[in-house]
Amino acid sequence: MLKTEPPVLTFNRQDHPSVSASGAWHVHALAVENAIPAIMSTLHGLPHGETLAWDLSKINALDHIGAQLLWNAWGKARPPQLTLLPAHETFFALLEQAAAALVPPPPRPTPSLLDWLPTKVSGFADHSLSFLALIGQLTLDLGRFAGNLRRGPWKEISANIYHIGYQALGITALVGFLIGIVLSYLSAQQLHTFGGDVYLVNILGMSIIRELGPLLAAILVAGRSGSAITAQLGVMRVTEELDAMLVMGLPHGFRLIMPKVIALAISMPLLVIWTDAMALLGGMFSAKLELGLAPSYFLHKLPDAVPLANYLIGLGKGVAFGSLIALVACHFGLRIKANTESLGEGTTTSVVTAITIVIVADAVFSIVFSGIGY
Amino acid sequence: MEESNQAIIRIQNLWTQFGDYVVHQDLNLEIQAGEIVSLVGGSGSGKTTLLRQMLGLEHPTRGTVSVFGEDVQKADPIQLQRLRNRWGMLFQHGALFSALSAFDNVAQPMRELHALPEDLIRDAVLLKLHMVGISAEDGMKMPADLSGGMIKRVALARALALEPELLFLDEPTAGLDPNLSESFVELIQSLRQEMQLTLVMVTHDLDTLFSLSTKIAVLADKQVIAMGTPEEVVKLPHPFIKEFFLGARGLRAMEGLHASEQTVK
Repeated sequence: MLKTEPPVLTFNRQDHPSVSASGAWHVHALAVENAIPAIMSTLHGLPHGETLAWDLSKINALDHIGAQLLWNAWGKARPPQLTLLPAHETFFALLEQAAAALVPPPPRPTPSLLDWLPTKVSGFADHSLSFLALIGQLTLDLGRFAGNLRRGPWKEISANIYHIGYQALGITALVGFLIGIVLSYLSAQQLHTFGGDVYLVNILGMSIIRELGPLLAAILVAGRSGSAITAQLGVMRVTEELDAMLVMGLPHGFRLIMPKVIALAISMPLLVIWTDAMALLGGMFSAKLELGLAPSYFLHKLPDAVPLANYLIGLGKGVAFGSLIALVACHFGLRIKANTESLGEGTTTSVVTAITIVIVADAVFSIVFSGIGY
Repeated sequence: MEESNQAIIRIQNLWTQFGDYVVHQDLNLEIQAGEIVSLVGGSGSGKTTLLRQMLGLEHPTRGTVSVFGEDVQKADPIQLQRLRNRWGMLFQHGALFSALSAFDNVAQPMRELHALPEDLIRDAVLLKLHMVGISAEDGMKMPADLSGGMIKRVALARALALEPELLFLDEPTAGLDPNLSESFVELIQSLRQEMQLTLVMVTHDLDTLFSLSTKIAVLADKQVIAMGTPEEVVKLPHPFIKEFFLGARGLRAMEGLHASEQTVK
C-alpha cells in the first residue's frame, strides 16, 4: 500500500554529472513537511547548461503530482538521458501528450479604479430601476387581487402573517420590555434632579409610541423576516422552484411577493402595538422601582400625555416599514444567482438595506409629521 | 487468507436503524483492492446510507466499518484526515463549491495540504482537468456556468486531486444522456487503469453496472444477499435479482455484456 519512504533527490558530481531520485514521489510523501523545500534546494543547486543524466529507477511509488514536479524541473520536456521504471512510463507519456493542452489560461483582468465609479453608478441605477418595477408589479397585483378577492392567495397571506407576525411576538416583547426599562431608568434619574418626576410618563409615552416602538419592531422584523424572505427566494432560485412556478403559470409577483407585502403590512402595525405595550410595561416597572411612581397613575396619565395622533402615526409607520421591508427583501431575494456565495451576499445586503431604508423612512415621517400630535 | 488481509473495506455486523425502521440488519461486506464494486438494491434499501457510513458521514447503530484497516467510527481526527486523503468521493450532483471556479475546486484539496508550491498545483490541476476532458478555458468558469456533464467531470477531477487509492461514486451517470454517460464510463475505466483505483459505486444504470463492475453487491432484505461477479449474481434465484436484472431493460444491458465478452474473446 502506501510506501512512506521520503522522496529524495541526489546530485552526483562524478565524471558524468547525474541526478537520481529515490523514495516515494507521491503527493502524500511530498506533502510531508520539508520534503518539497529539500527537493527545491537540490534543484537550485544543479549546474546550468550541462546535460544531466536523470535516474528515476529507484523511485518506488510515483503519481501524477510527483511526475509533474519532475517534469517542471526538466523545463517541461523529457531530458535526453532518462532512466525510469517501465511502470512509471505512463505518467510521463501522459504529460508529454498533454503538454499542448496545459497552457495556463490568461489571467483574469483586474478591475481598474477608473471602472469602479461607473460600475457602482450603473449598479445603483439597475437596483433602483428593478425596485421601481417591483413596486409597479405590486400595484398591478394588488389591483388584480382587489378585482377578485375570492381567488386571492389567502393561504400564503395567513401563513406569512403567522411566521412573520405571531412567531415574532416573543423576541419583540423581550427587546421592547428591556428597552422600556433602560429608557425609563435613564430618564427617571435625569428628571429626578430637576424634580420633574411626573413628566416621566410624557417622555416615555411620546418616545416609545411615536418613535421607538415602530423602529424597534421594524429593525427586529427586518433582521428576522427580511433575511428569511431573501434566503427563501434565493434558495428557490438555486433549486429552480422559481422557474417551476413560472412554467406552471404561477406568477412570482402575485403568489410570492404580494402575499409577503400584505402579510407584513398587516403584521407590522400589530407588532408595533405589542412592542409599545411591552416597552411601556417595562418603563412602568422601572418607574415604580426608581421613582415610586404607581402603575395606576402611569396608566391614568398616559392618554393625556400622548395625544391620539401619535398612536396613528405609529401605526402608519408600522404599515410603511412593513411594506418596505417586504419589498426590499423580495427585491434582493429575486436577484440572487444560483450559487451559494450570491445567496450569502444577497441576504446580508438585504438586511442592511432594509434597516437603512426603515431609518430613512422614519426620518421622512419625522419631517412630514413634525407639527402634529404635540 | 491472503485475500482477506487485503480487504480495503470491511463491514461487519452492521445495523442501521432510523427510529423503529431497520435499514441494515447484521450486514457484512468486504471489498478487496483493485475491485470495482457496485451496490445495487431497491430504493430505500440503504445503498447511499451504506456509502455514507463508509465515508464516516453517518454512523451505524451497531457494527464496525473499517476502511484501509481503520475503524471509521473510532478513528481520531488525525487518522480520519489521513484516511480522507486516501479516498475520493464523487457526489451525485457533483457538489462543487459554487463560490469557486472549476479550477479552484480541483486545486482546493491540493492547497489544503499547505505543502505544494502554487505553480506545481497549477500544472497538476490543469493535468487533472485535461484527464477528465475539461479545457483550461472551461476550467476558469464557475460551476453555475458549466453543463451537467462538465460538472460531473470537474467533480471527478476534484475527487482524484490527491491521487486516491479508493474512489466512491454515487450514481456516476445519473442525469447524463446516454452518449455522455458512456464516455463517462470510459473515462472512469481509463482513469482506473492509470491510477490503480479501487471503486465503490451506487448505481441504478444497468449499462454502467455491467460495463464497469467486476463485482456486484446486492442489498435486499436488509442485508447483502449476494456479492459476486455480474454473471454469478444474475443467476441467483432471488425475486429482487430477477426483477432488477431480468426485466426488459436488464436483458438488453446483459446482451451488451455478452456481446462485449465475445468481441474480447
